[in-house]
Amino acid sequence: MEMQLTVTCFSFSHFYCLLCHHLVSFLHPTPTHPPNHIKGLASLVDCSYVKEEESAKVVQSITMESCNCIEPQWPADELLMKYQYISDFFIALAYFSIPLELIYFVKKSAVFPYRWVLVQFGAFIVLCGATHLINLWTFTMHTRTVAIVMTTAKVLTAVVSCATALMLVHIIPDLLSVKTRELFLKNKAAELDREMGLIRTQEETGRHVRMLTHEIRSTLDRHTILKTTLVELGRTLGLEECALWMPTRTGLELQLSYTLRQHNPVGYTVPIHHPVINQVFSSNRAVKISPNCPVARLRPHSGKFLPGEVVAVRVPLLHLSNFQIYDWPEVSTRNYALMVLMLPSDSARQWHVHELELVEVVADQVAVALSHAAILEESMRARDMLMEQNIALDLARREAETAIRARNDFLAVMNHEMRTPMHAIIALSSLLQETELTAEQRLMVETILKSSNLLATLINDVLDLSRLEDGSLQLEESTFNLHSVFKEVLNLIKPIASVKKLSLTLQIAADLPVYAIGDEKRLTQTILNVVGNAVKFSKEGNVSITAFVAKPESFKDARIPDFLPVPSDGHFYLQVQVKDSGAGINPQDIPKLFTKFAQNQTLATRNAAGSGLGLAICKRFVNLMEGQIWIESEGTGKGCTVTFMVKLGIPDRPNESKLPYAPKVQGNHVSKNFAGLKVLVMDDNGVSRTVTKGLLMHLGCDVTTVSSSEECLRVVSLEHKVVFMDVCTGLDGYELAVRIHEKFTKRLDRPLIVALTGNTNKVTKENCMRVGMNGLVLKPVSVDKMRGVLSELLERRVLFETI
Amino acid sequence: MKIVKGQLNFIVLLHVSEIWIHKHMYVAGKTGRSVQILFPLSSLKLTTWQRQLRDHQASMIREGFLDDQFIQLQKLQDESTPDFVIEVITMFFDDSENLLNNMKRALEQSPVDFRQLDAHVHQYKGSSASVGAARVKNVCASFRNFCDTQNLEGCVRCLQQLQHEYSLLKNNLQHLFRLQQQIQAAGGSIPTIE
Repeated sequence: MEMQLTVTCFSFSHFYCLLCHHLVSFLHPTPTHPPNHIKGLASLVDCSYVKEEESAKVVQSITMESCNCIEPQWPADELLMKYQYISDFFIALAYFSIPLELIYFVKKSAVFPYRWVLVQFGAFIVLCGATHLINLWTFTMHTRTVAIVMTTAKVLTAVVSCATALMLVHIIPDLLSVKTRELFLKNKAAELDREMGLIRTQEETGRHVRMLTHEIRSTLDRHTILKTTLVELGRTLGLEECALWMPTRTGLELQLSYTLRQHNPVGYTVPIHHPVINQVFSSNRAVKISPNCPVARLRPHSGKFLPGEVVAVRVPLLHLSNFQIYDWPEVSTRNYALMVLMLPSDSARQWHVHELELVEVVADQVAVALSHAAILEESMRARDMLMEQNIALDLARREAETAIRARNDFLAVMNHEMRTPMHAIIALSSLLQETELTAEQRLMVETILKSSNLLATLINDVLDLSRLEDGSLQLEESTFNLHSVFKEVLNLIKPIASVKKLSLTLQIAADLPVYAIGDEKRLTQTILNVVGNAVKFSKEGNVSITAFVAKPESFKDARIPDFLPVPSDGHFYLQVQVKDSGAGINPQDIPKLFTKFAQNQTLATRNAAGSGLGLAICKRFVNLMEGQIWIESEGTGKGCTVTFMVKLGIPDRPNESKLPYAPKVQGNHVSKNFAGLKVLVMDDNGVSRTVTKGLLMHLGCDVTTVSSSEECLRVVSLEHKVVFMDVCTGLDGYELAVRIHEKFTKRLDRPLIVALTGNTNKVTKENCMRVGMNGLVLKPVSVDKMRGVLSELLERRVLFETI
Repeated sequence: MKIVKGQLNFIVLLHVSEIWIHKHMYVAGKTGRSVQILFPLSSLKLTTWQRQLRDHQASMIREGFLDDQFIQLQKLQDESTPDFVIEVITMFFDDSENLLNNMKRALEQSPVDFRQLDAHVHQYKGSSASVGAARVKNVCASFRNFCDTQNLEGCVRCLQQLQHEYSLLKNNLQHLFRLQQQIQAAGGSIPTIE
């Protein structure tokens, strides 16, 4: 700028001098002595009015044309001339050097929009320089050529300088505007720099937030989350103090839970309904609060000047229930914690917007992290609880099992223990009844007998019922005569009925199968119980029993809605109805009847003793037999009907029962149990072999014959029950026995080995016993003998005939 | 058996007396024999043959040709095995002939292999014991003794004896079987020996 100024000054002064000079010369065309001081002033500048003089002289000389040499207009003053000479010289030099400098520096600079101007300017300057240079020669005698050259130079210079002057008019405003633009750009650059700095700071902050969030979210532990938050925030924002206030369980106070600097926050509490706190809670932005607020007064004020600015932000404490499916957490019922951040005191720092934003973001993140942690805690707790419950349940189950086992053991023992004395009592008292007794004694004995019978029944019932309830009772399956069951029951009940003067009728349907497959004993028990009850509770009238095959129509009985028995091949449903004309039952009491130990008779009928277990047991038996039992009564005094249905199997053939497997009858001999008994006969003598085979076949055995030991070993199998071997031929037989033993070691069902021999010496017997044979029989063998041998063998598995 | 002309009258007489005896026996309630009265003459013959059979068998037993084992064999015969006895005896005959030949050859060798011979004899003893050929069995027993003592002369003598006994037995048994076949052909039943 300064340099520009000097250059401008220089140019202006130069032009001004030139202008003066030329004006002077213009106004004074006759050559006169120029004032020296002007020259001296213009020593730095090139120009001399001498040029004008020169040109005038030249014109004159041209007109004079006396000689080719031109004389100077005035006499040469030596000193002045010298000065002018020197000045002109220097001016020329300067004039020549300036363009060079310009060119040099412009070439150096990359951007210079006005090259044309430069050229023009350069030309102008060069020409001026040239003019001054040529002027050097005009101080002395010079030729006409020099004058012409001088004139040309001056003319050119004039032209160029006028052109330049004209051009500058355009150029200079542009140049000036360039300057202003430059200034403007500089300002802009400064501004951008400032903003760049700001952005960088913000980016730093953002990075901090990300890091903070990462730290917070990387752990599921509540404490760690909060501590980390405070630490990181403190670091990022350069806080003096950072604190977190959590709501207490009551929800009425905020308790100081975590602080940055103090490691053990003393449990300050602050009531939650402070206006400042409410203000903070009502907005989700970070709010600047006064340092005098109770939540901000965390530590004694240490600085001399104002405490730093404080900002508080709410942290929502989310619960699982807050996250509804369709909308984001409700604002309504919520707990907030309060996070308070304090800038360092005396720092004159202010909360910037981006810092506040950071704080808000962090608060949200913390909220989410906390909720995660809370959820995790809850699920862990739930899992622990479940495990505890499992353990407790397991324990309970084991205890229950122990209890059941104990009860079963008890019952098992008691079963026997109870029945034995009962049996003794009953037996002896009935015996006692037979002896001679007085009437009084007889009565007593009868009572004893009756009571003990009842007790026995009760014991039986209880034991049965407990077994039934366990589900450990299993029905037996056997073929039995159904008709005879009913007849038997009838026979049992008839005496009692006749004593009570009740008539008993039995009706068996014609299509009821005679034989059925089921549990005869329990069916009898059930029928007996039902009929017994009918008789028991009827004082007069009749009891009728009907038995028939249940038809599908009767299945859809409305009284038993859920029962839909399906008759299938091989099964039928027996339906028995027992009608009595007794006291009847109130319809409301019917459900209670089948429950254990429930009695609902009036006192009058109470003397008919009953434990109340009977019907319960019947019901269970009937259910076990896949049937149903129900009672109908029209009311008290109108009698009642007990009906039950049970599922019984149909035997394949009426008379077939599970008889033991009948043996084959061969000829007119009845073979005892040897039917199909597989035996192996080893004998190398064909005749004996045939005879033995015939003998055994006659007894009904299934005989295989072999004639050598090898063949015997090959053929013998576990199917053969007995192996008869002839040991008359040397030691082969003994070895064979050993080998057979080896083949079937440790098998209980291996074939019995019997030696058949004609040898009657003890050695043979000993040998046989030594090799582990199961028997020894002497030849010749009669049919009876063989029969006896086989039976004894099969019974005792050993037979050694006495020799 | 050829019926000689001279005997015919005697037989007729016998038959008549038989009928009379039978009638009484029948009335007395004795069972065990079924008598067919379809053709009086054939029934006479039948009873004769049956009696003959019985006697023959009894004599064989008495003379020691057969023992109790043979009776046992007969007991094994029933409807399902009607020819059991004949089969066994036939087998015995084949076996005997085999063994006797073997024994003969064994004795013709020099030096005589007594062990081999003993084995044969042992076999024969077993067979004969199985069918109840008592005499044969006894001879075999003494034969074995001679083999043990390597008494060649004794063995030779025993072989001869064996052959003799065998042929006797064979004849007797064949006679027995023929009688049986006759009776069966005539529709009678074989009388069982108690």
